Amino acid sequence: MDFGPYLMLASLEGAVTAAVLALMAAGLSLVFGVMRVVNVAHGEFYMLGAVLAWVVASMAGGGAAGFVLALAVAPLVVGAVAAAADVTVLKHLDYDPERTIVATIGLLYILQQLTLMGYGPEARPVEPPFNARIALPWVEWGQGGPQLYWPWGLSITSYKLFVIGAAAAVLAGLWALMTHTRIGLMMRATQLDGEMAQAFGIPVERVYALVFGLGAALAALAGVLIVPIQQAHYLMGGDALLLSFIVVIIGGLGSLAGTVIAAILIGMSDGIISVFFSPTLAKIIATLLVAFVLVFRPEGLMGKRAR
Amino acid sequence: MTARVLALHGGLIAVLLALHFLLPAYHHGNLARVMVLACYAIGYNVLFGYTGLLSLGHAMFFAAGMYGMGLPLHFLGIGAELAFLAGLLSAAALALVVGLLALRTAGVAFMIVTLMFSEAVYLTILLAGKWTRGDEGVVLERAERVFFGLDLSDPDIRYLAALALFALCLFLTLWLVRQPAGRVLIAIRENDERARLLGYDIFRHKLAAVVISGTISGAAGAAYGLLFGYVGATFAEVQYSIFPLLWVLLGGAGTIIGPFFGVLFMFYLIDLSSGITSAYMLIAGIALVLLTLFAPQGLAGELRRRRMRWLP
Repeated sequence: MDFGPYLMLASLEGAVTAAVLALMAAGLSLVFGVMRVVNVAHGEFYMLGAVLAWVVASMAGGGAAGFVLALAVAPLVVGAVAAAADVTVLKHLDYDPERTIVATIGLLYILQQLTLMGYGPEARPVEPPFNARIALPWVEWGQGGPQLYWPWGLSITSYKLFVIGAAAAVLAGLWALMTHTRIGLMMRATQLDGEMAQAFGIPVERVYALVFGLGAALAALAGVLIVPIQQAHYLMGGDALLLSFIVVIIGGLGSLAGTVIAAILIGMSDGIISVFFSPTLAKIIATLLVAFVLVFRPEGLMGKRAR
Repeated sequence: MTARVLALHGGLIAVLLALHFLLPAYHHGNLARVMVLACYAIGYNVLFGYTGLLSLGHAMFFAAGMYGMGLPLHFLGIGAELAFLAGLLSAAALALVVGLLALRTAGVAFMIVTLMFSEAVYLTILLAGKWTRGDEGVVLERAERVFFGLDLSDPDIRYLAALALFALCLFLTLWLVRQPAGRVLIAIRENDERARLLGYDIFRHKLAAVVISGTISGAAGAAYGLLFGYVGATFAEVQYSIFPLLWVLLGGAGTIIGPFFGVLFMFYLIDLSSGITSAYMLIAGIALVLLTLFAPQGLAGELRRRRMRWLP
């Protein structure tokens, strides 16, 4: 394959990564924005979503019905688990930022190790509901002007297109929820000033549990969407957490639009860099990037500078 | 230094020395490991317990000590004494650089910056797999592990060497926190604005704490490599940044004697549970959640709160 089609293939793969990443990072960003806590266990909610997708799909006997069922059930279950963790643990820490991080590290290991005990160390696939291969054309300057041709290997599956579309739809829904509904208004009020919101009769504790559950459900949804492409494995949360940290920090903590832009940027460049360079080197660059952004521009590359 | 403080800490060392003659081989070996890891916890405690800075990346200092010692020893053959020194210097240099950068941030950002730097160090070790051999690691030969004529692979010498290092770290930090500079660290932990208003240079004190903490952690890493003859990338993983936090939280942050009991307790808890299940990190997770919820002071911290107010 020539360089051009190869680059296009890499960016298509990158777009799929970006879509999943945007969903996951939006959850992390939402939780940080409203509750001012960093949820280190976020990657495990993603992993749980993927693992539950396998469990539900295999109980339903595979096929498209199993996947659709998983798409509905896994985020609900994971959201409920997260809300329960919020009520039993985080609430009693008064959402103190440092103690919450330590507690969510604990939660990370609890979820991960329980999955290891229940599900085992194997990686397991889920069959995509549809998986038609769509060949893509490429333009080449031949004799007498541009010509279209179909290079061998340049293609995308219908399922991957569905992932990109589904992520965009869910993010649009999240935006509408935050800006156009009563519950979104409550969340934004809590984000601005928790005590004042409480004084105006907003059930802040329930809003917190809801937001923590919603953030986890978004991660779980990302996990369900990715599982037909990657397999479900109990350690898959670590890399996903790292990438979503990168996205949220570069996009500016707590800003949804910044998060989506950063997810596209990071997802695309991760796909492209990993194709051309060693993945380890790409990860080193990414981690150092996060560290330096936090040190020198803590409001994020796209966030507003705090006054 | 008051007599009872000296008696308590000297007494611990004396008990550990006595145990050298009493313990069966299995627990004798375990306790040597616990003492080296306790040095790591003590180093972590200088930053977390006494200065109030929560790092999530101390594995990079442990690994810097371990690889700074192991690689020159294995590939350049410089001898264990110089190699140990090289390990200390690598950890100190890394701590200085990381401190200069990370201390520009505070709170949650400091935690994430240290986590990211540590991850970058871990990945660099994997990237340099040609020399470090990645996860597989480098095994140090018996002949390489001769320290001033002492064969560190011998179980008895190993135990006593670990005890010597542990005693050194214990009394060094005990001395440090009773120095005026150590008192300033505690003042920074309690209220850094107020400490700044009193005219102390907060940044330099914090930087010194990062370097001291990193160097002690590096010493523990270098000693671990020398005493147990193995240098591997597992020790640079996130887990090894979480462990010292767990040990110190369990034993009691901001106490001199606490980290040792944190390591001892956790080591045996994981040792016992790994016989039952491969998911032994579950214990660590549950312990972290329970500690933050119910006993943020840890064992020695609770003891100090209830009985022994003089505990340093």
